[in-house]
Amino acid sequence: MRIDCNAFLGAYPWRKVPGTSPDALGQALERTRIDVAWVTHLPSLFWRDPTAGNAWLYETARKDKRLKPVPTVHPGLAQWEQVLGDAATAGAPAIRCDPLYLGLEPTGGEMRVLAAACGAARMPLVLAVRLEDGRQRHPNDHVAELPAAAVRALIRSDADVRLVVTHADRAFIEEVHFGSTPEEARRIWWDISWIWGPPEDHLATLLDTIGAERFVFGTGQPLRLPETSIAKLDLLDVPREQREAIESKNLQELAA
Amino acid sequence: MLVDVHAHFYHARTPRADWRERNESRLAAGAKIGITIHVASILGSFGLTSPTYFPSPRDVTAGNDALLALQRAHPDRIRGYVCVNPNYTAHARAEIVRCLDAGMIGIKLAASRRADDPLLDPIASLALERRVPVLQHIWQHRRRDWPGQEASDAVELCTLARRHPDVAFILAHIGGGGDWQHSLHALAEVPNVYVDLSGSGVDGGMLEACVASAGADRLLWGSDITMDTGWAKLRFLETLLSKDEIALVRWKNAARIFPAGSFPSD
Repeated sequence: MRIDCNAFLGAYPWRKVPGTSPDALGQALERTRIDVAWVTHLPSLFWRDPTAGNAWLYETARKDKRLKPVPTVHPGLAQWEQVLGDAATAGAPAIRCDPLYLGLEPTGGEMRVLAAACGAARMPLVLAVRLEDGRQRHPNDHVAELPAAAVRALIRSDADVRLVVTHADRAFIEEVHFGSTPEEARRIWWDISWIWGPPEDHLATLLDTIGAERFVFGTGQPLRLPETSIAKLDLLDVPREQREAIESKNLQELAA
Repeated sequence: MLVDVHAHFYHARTPRADWRERNESRLAAGAKIGITIHVASILGSFGLTSPTYFPSPRDVTAGNDALLALQRAHPDRIRGYVCVNPNYTAHARAEIVRCLDAGMIGIKLAASRRADDPLLDPIASLALERRVPVLQHIWQHRRRDWPGQEASDAVELCTLARRHPDVAFILAHIGGGGDWQHSLHALAEVPNVYVDLSGSGVDGGMLEACVASAGADRLLWGSDITMDTGWAKLRFLETLLSKDEIALVRWKNAARIFPAGSFPSD
């Protein structure tokens, strides 16, 4: 069983990306033997009202049982709480909010209220550190990367909130993990999509220093090749149980 | 057969206390991936006694010596690019001759001098004379100068390549940062520039664009410092290209531009 917690549907505004349709994503899942993908509507991350893409997302996910919708919420908009209710009704495993893409202060009042609401609803909150390598972004794409301090602040802001942070590298993860109490760190899961394999062996190091229970399988597809996250795991020397935890069980427990 | 045209190793006189582990990790991962030959370079002292991209002549020589030692220790798996700093012309040319005579098979230019600078001409001329390719470090679409390197982009490399049409130039790590689309536009009509697919970038659409711009007969597989992304790109290409085309990318293109006999079945 392999679950991708970091997948998108729909066009990206800053460059041409192939394979953004539901059919194309389905083919990529078959190609890479990914059984389930948590998907977000990519274009709406860039809309003033990102929730306007959620209805399409729910409808699309209903047609393919492999797709689990991760709707976007904007805690600065009126009646944003309804997104949480809709997500629960639709069986969404999580919701996402990328504050800097929405023009929100990542540790501001709206995000803290959202964190508390997610904690109360037992709904994991997904955030991306980045979507693209900062060296290649479009000249007009000025959105800052999510700071590690924001993740530390959010996890401290509510005792029940659980975060899934995607596209983080080793330094970011270590800064947050060892800058949090063990209880706080246990409420954060990291996707492996941006962590380097050999010869630097960042993923192997993190599994040793932090533990496999904190890591989940994610790809960032179709913006990134999903084969990358599989190759990272294939290059590891880890027991089968650890690999299963990363590939599916940690996410299954989180979403249960 | 699989040739990694962009590998690096470390040695004792670098800032890395874990240099042995990193070298061992590369070889172990290479065995899993199925890499037959790692064509590698060492960039001086990697910052210990001179900057990585501006290595002193002494560090250049020490780094090349370390790589020659590795090549001798692993004759079945490691080949070397001789790394030089073009600002020291006489030393660079002498180092190229010394290291090629000792068995290295290519020249590595990092980011000590812009690729279109006349100081690179004596090096390119020597590459032609010795029939070896030149691997040029590239920042894909450099919009400004970055600290620590005098990086070149594809336009500048293509200017050099047009001045030396009979030398094979390898545009380093198309996935190594920056706007790869800019590079692919620049090299499309410059047939002696080959695309090294290495780098941490694994953008959806990048490999399709490489095939469209350069064609399978100008693509070279490599890993640089992230072997997981290299393996991922290879796996994807195996679904994109025909059997004959993937053989070109895996090794046949490399066998064509490196000296005859560089690789086991060559």
